[in-house]
Amino acid sequence: MNALIVVPTSTWYLLLSAVLFTIGTVGVLVRRNPLVMFMCIELMLNAVNLTFVTLGRRLNDINGQAIVFFVLVVAAAEVVVGLGIIVAIMRRRSGITVDDLAELKG
Amino acid sequence: MMSKLIAATSTFEGPAIQWFKISPILALLGGALLLILVGSLTPQWKRGWYATASVVTATTAAVLTGVLWNQMSDDKSSTLVGGAISFDHFSLFATFAICVAVVLVSLVANDYLVREGEDGPEVYGLMLTAAIGGVVMASANDLLVLFLGLETLSLSFYLLTASNRRRMQSGEAGLKYFILGGFASAFFLYGVALLFGASGTTNLQSMATVFSTEVNISGSNGLLLAGIALMLVGFAFKVSLVPFHVWTPDVYQGAPTPVTALMGSVGKVAAFSALIRVFMIALPSRIDDWRPAILVLALLTLVVGSLLAVVQTDVKRMLAYSSISHAGFILVGLEAAAHIGHADSHLGISSAMGYLFIYSILVIGTFAVVSVVAGAGDAATSLDAFKGLGKKRPVLALGMTVLLLAQAGVPLTSGFVAKFGIIRAAVSVESYALAVAAMLAAVIAAFLYLRIMVSMWLSDPADDAPVVVSKSVGLAITLAVVATLLIGILPGLLLGVSQTIGF
Repeated sequence: MNALIVVPTSTWYLLLSAVLFTIGTVGVLVRRNPLVMFMCIELMLNAVNLTFVTLGRRLNDINGQAIVFFVLVVAAAEVVVGLGIIVAIMRRRSGITVDDLAELKG
Repeated sequence: MMSKLIAATSTFEGPAIQWFKISPILALLGGALLLILVGSLTPQWKRGWYATASVVTATTAAVLTGVLWNQMSDDKSSTLVGGAISFDHFSLFATFAICVAVVLVSLVANDYLVREGEDGPEVYGLMLTAAIGGVVMASANDLLVLFLGLETLSLSFYLLTASNRRRMQSGEAGLKYFILGGFASAFFLYGVALLFGASGTTNLQSMATVFSTEVNISGSNGLLLAGIALMLVGFAFKVSLVPFHVWTPDVYQGAPTPVTALMGSVGKVAAFSALIRVFMIALPSRIDDWRPAILVLALLTLVVGSLLAVVQTDVKRMLAYSSISHAGFILVGLEAAAHIGHADSHLGISSAMGYLFIYSILVIGTFAVVSVVAGAGDAATSLDAFKGLGKKRPVLALGMTVLLLAQAGVPLTSGFVAKFGIIRAAVSVESYALAVAAMLAAVIAAFLYLRIMVSMWLSDPADDAPVVVSKSVGLAITLAVVATLLIGILPGLLLGVSQTIGF
């Protein structure tokens, strides 16, 4: 029975965060709603946070976890700015997707 | 547990901070806080006062940088704030270039904001925070600090791009920039995380030591290579290298024109300085891995940037593609610097930094003219709007001609000094393919600048809409033209300074 219990190693978490990062990347590339794209970017940042924590644990280095706080603050600031811009645009046009934003091209 | 923690904090000693050596950042911070805090609590200031505050702040920072530069000659480069910020000729030069850019852009922005009826402290405050981010990026000695600087710069730029709420294009450009910029930041940060995993540190110098002593640690090698690649992608987005350039034309066209000038100057100086510093300081032992990537990016950027610039019909888009092509030139300088061990590899960094300084002045001058010609609402930016400018406003058209000739790299202008420096650096390390590509790109891009000039001088005005040049924007254009000619005729002025830059 004990042979079936697998203790997850740090590599598992690194792989998980790589998968989460990829999901975020694909999401930004294929989704068309700015809010969803924005959520995907946040997912990418949090995948990186998981990487930092895992590596900090693996290297036995507290810096890996300390960095996460900085990234969280940056992500929060990004939310403020991003939602501000999205709201400013949504007020002028409702139900917008990025395909509607096509005034700039050439 | 808790008492232990408190006991630990009472004995905690922070790193020694040499306040005077970070005074340029503090000056910019003071100005930004003054504008945003005091500006929002007091009633509308008199016309031009916000811009004056911004100009005074940036000038103070530039003067402080100059003082620090003079002190530098007797003591060697060092790191500040516990190894987070480096203090050397390279960072001071970049700081100076950024401050000069902020002064010039403030003058242009004053004209723009008064014309649009949107004069206020926010735009200037954000410009100064962008400058702080840029300075931190250019002098960061730690990848985490670099990331914080990058985000300070980028967040300010997103807001500035979307700052004109009356123009739909401004909001659209802001959203596009925000999504793609956030995307790029995430890639950059993932690269930082993997490099941290491979080396156990985020400090650039410690990282270099680790990588040079333990060259092939199994397991870490994959992390290291993936980290370099992801970080390079993040940087390539920020400095708009082909094929990561798609956002640039849209954002340059949609943003308010003074903001475009700021992105072309401060944004480029900061991101390129950081790119050069990270790769040259932290990763010199892995040069065989990243130099080919830089070579390919430089080739693509030079060729695609120049070719696409020629087919545009909107002047702001043209200049956006031309800025991509200029980024290719700067990358050629980095490639030359990456021939470590070659006797002339030091030319690469100094010529790249000289190019950045010269280009940032040129781009601000050029966009200042575009801003004036575009008129109310930034509306008239097509090539037709420049028709007959030589008849309507001969002096303005003459200034624009000088700036465009300089961008094309014509002798006796600063652009020639810049391009000559880069190509000389490439040739002296025997990187002939890039040198030839750079010259070809310069020739192709010259066609684009000629198109604008032909439109200005050889066509009749399409309409008789007046072109109004206010004092502040006139001053900015004059300063840019004078600097362009001065550096072009007396290149020793700049080269004497930029030659001392290196690591």
